[in-house]
Amino acid sequence: MHLMYFTEQPMSAYDADEGRRYGATALTFSNRHFDPVAGSRLYNQYLEDYIYAEECGADGIMLNEHHNAPFCMQAKTNIFASILAAVTKRVKIVLLGNPLPLAENPIRLAEELAMIDMISKGRLVSGFVRGGGQEQLATGVNPAYNRERFEEAHDLVVKTWTQPGPFRWEGTHYQHRVVNPWAVPLQKPYPRVWIPGVLSKETILWSARHRYPYVALNTTIEATKNIWNIYSQQAREVGYEAGPENFGYLIRVHVQDSEEKALQNARQFMWMQGEFTGLAHPVWANPSGYFSPSGRRGFVEFAVGRAVNPRGAPTFEQQIADTQIIAGTPDTVIERLKTLIEHTRPGIMAFWGNDGKVSAEDTRTCIRLLCQEVMPAIREHGKKLGLNSPFEADAPVSIEYSKDLRQRAAAAE
Amino acid sequence: MPSTVAWADTTITLAGVKTHLSRAGNGPVLLVLHHDIGTPERLSFYDLLAERFTVLVPHYPGWGRSERPTWMRSVRDLAAIHQWLLAELGAADVSLVGLGFGGWVAAEIASLAPRDFRRLVLAAPMGIKPPEGDILDQAIISYVAYPQAGFHDQENFRRVFGEVSTDQLEAWDIAREMSFRIAWKPYMYSQTLPHLLGGVRARALIVWGDDDKIVPLSAAEAYRRALPDGARLEIVPGCGHFIDMEKPEALARLVADFVTAD
Repeated sequence: MHLMYFTEQPMSAYDADEGRRYGATALTFSNRHFDPVAGSRLYNQYLEDYIYAEECGADGIMLNEHHNAPFCMQAKTNIFASILAAVTKRVKIVLLGNPLPLAENPIRLAEELAMIDMISKGRLVSGFVRGGGQEQLATGVNPAYNRERFEEAHDLVVKTWTQPGPFRWEGTHYQHRVVNPWAVPLQKPYPRVWIPGVLSKETILWSARHRYPYVALNTTIEATKNIWNIYSQQAREVGYEAGPENFGYLIRVHVQDSEEKALQNARQFMWMQGEFTGLAHPVWANPSGYFSPSGRRGFVEFAVGRAVNPRGAPTFEQQIADTQIIAGTPDTVIERLKTLIEHTRPGIMAFWGNDGKVSAEDTRTCIRLLCQEVMPAIREHGKKLGLNSPFEADAPVSIEYSKDLRQRAAAAE
Repeated sequence: MPSTVAWADTTITLAGVKTHLSRAGNGPVLLVLHHDIGTPERLSFYDLLAERFTVLVPHYPGWGRSERPTWMRSVRDLAAIHQWLLAELGAADVSLVGLGFGGWVAAEIASLAPRDFRRLVLAAPMGIKPPEGDILDQAIISYVAYPQAGFHDQENFRRVFGEVSTDQLEAWDIAREMSFRIAWKPYMYSQTLPHLLGGVRARALIVWGDDDKIVPLSAAEAYRRALPDGARLEIVPGCGHFIDMEKPEALARLVADFVTAD
C-alpha cells in the first residue's frame, strides 16, 4: 500500500461567529477576516508538519488547492509541491490535484510539474481534478465547459510531456502556436496521474478508460464499492482487470494517546459548520453546466430547498458510526482501518489527519502516531490482503503504456 | 384572462438545430426575442401584440423547447441564427422587439444587417457594459431569486410563475447554462457592440423599468450614445427588468405606437 498524510491546511484563525453572521463561509465570505500574520504562522507550521510526516515514515504527502474559503489555505498546489520537492528527500509528492479547467495555459502547468518532478528527483504524482463549482466562480472560469476543458487540458499536458516539441495545438478551448517547453518530467513516460473524486460517474469512467487510479474522497463504504464496480466494469470493457493498484481512498482519521482526546479533536473535522467546504449556497457548488445533466432535476430541487442534499449532511456521530471519520488511540484506529480496507481494498490510502483548530502540538502527536504506529500496521495488513500500490504492482502509467490489454470481446469475435 | 389568440407552434431547423417557433396574428412582422431565463409558453404581452401584428416568438437554440447547439459560443452566433430564421420565413419589413438579454440579441442582429429592419425596440437590453453599476450576476444566486429580482412587485412574479414547478426550475437551470455558454465573459455584454450600432438605419425605442435590479438604467444612456441620433428612451414607472411580464399593457402600447408611427 501507498500511505499518505493529508490536511486541508485550514485557515482556522478567523472568527467563526463572523461566518455564522454572514451565513456563508465560502466564495463571498470576505477575506478581510483573513489575518496574514496568522496565515504566515500556519503556512510555516503546515510545512514543518509535512517534513515531520516524512521523518515519521509516511510514503507520501497529499496536497490539494481551493480558493476563496478558510477551509483550505492552499491557493496553488504547485507552490507547496515545489517547496516539498526541495526540502523532503523520500516521500512522494502527490497532488490531488491541479484543477485543469482553471488553467488558461496548460503548457505552463506542464512546465511547472516537470520542474517539480526534476527538483524532487522523480517523486511527483500529478493528479488532476475538475475543481469544485466554487473554484470556477472564484477564478472566473466557465463552469459550462468544465469537463471539456478538463479533458482537453489533460491531453495537452500529456502530449507536452511525452512528445518532443515544437508542435502546434489547435484545440477547442486551447490554442498554442509553439509548444516546446524547456522543462520535461524526469519520470518516464510521465509522472503517475491519480484522479480524486466524490460523485461524478463521468470522472470514474474517464479514469478507468485512462487506467488512472481513482481516489475516492471519504465516500461511505457502500458508495466506495459502487465506485469500484463502475470503474472495474469500464476497465474490463477497455481490456484490463482493475485491482487494488487502481483504487485509492481518503479517510479522515485522527489519532491521540487517549480515546477521549482523539474524539474531542476529531470533532474539528466538522469545524466548517458541518460541511468541510463550509456554508455555501448550493448554486455555488454546482453552477449551471458544471453538474452532470443526469443529476439536474435532483439538484435544482435541492438548490431551492425542496430536496435534501444529494451528498447528505450526516452528523459527527453518524460519520463515526459509518467509518467516514475514525478517531482513537493507535490500537482502536488500526482495528477500524483494517476492517475498512478489508471492505474497500485500496492500494493507495490518504489519511486526512488534522483539521480546524487542532493545536500544533496535538497535530504533531497525531502525525507521529499515524506514521509510526498506524501506517506500519496497515501496510503489513495490506500486504496480507494483497493490496499493492501502483508502485508495488509496477502498474503502467496509463492505458497507452499498457502491455497486457486483452482484445475487446467484440473485436475478437 | 385566457388568451383568445390562436397561436401556431412549429419547428424549424436552423444551423442544424431544431428550433421552436410560436406564431400568431396578422400585419407587420415583429420578431420577439426573449429573456435569458427563457419565456413562458404564452404571455399576455404576446397576445396584445398579436392583435395588431404578426408575432414571431422563437425559443433560442438551447433554450426552452429548442435543441442545444453545442457549438454556439456567442450572442452574435444567436443573432446570425435569427437572421437565418427570417430568411427561412421570407419575412420582410420586420421590427425587432428585444426583451432584456433579447435586447442584446436584437442589437446584434441590427448591427449585422443595419438596413434590414423597420423598427428596433430594446426593453432594458443587456449587451453594453453599464457606465455605472453592473449587470446582476445570476451565477451566484438561486434559480428563483434571479427571476424575482426582475420584478418590482413580487405579486407580479407570482402572477406569471405561480408556485414554481420543478420543470420550470430545470428550464431555468438549462437557460442559465446556455447564458454561461455564450455570455460568460465578459458577463452579459459585448465590448465591440457599442462601436457597431452607429450604422443601424431602423429607428430605435429604448424602454426601461424605473426599478430594474438586473440591468442598471445607466446602460440606457450607453445605448443612446451608441445608436444613431434620435433613439428615444421611455421609462415605465413601478416596473422591474421584465417589463413584458410586469407591465404588459404599457410595453405593448409603446411597441405598437412606435412600430406603426410614420
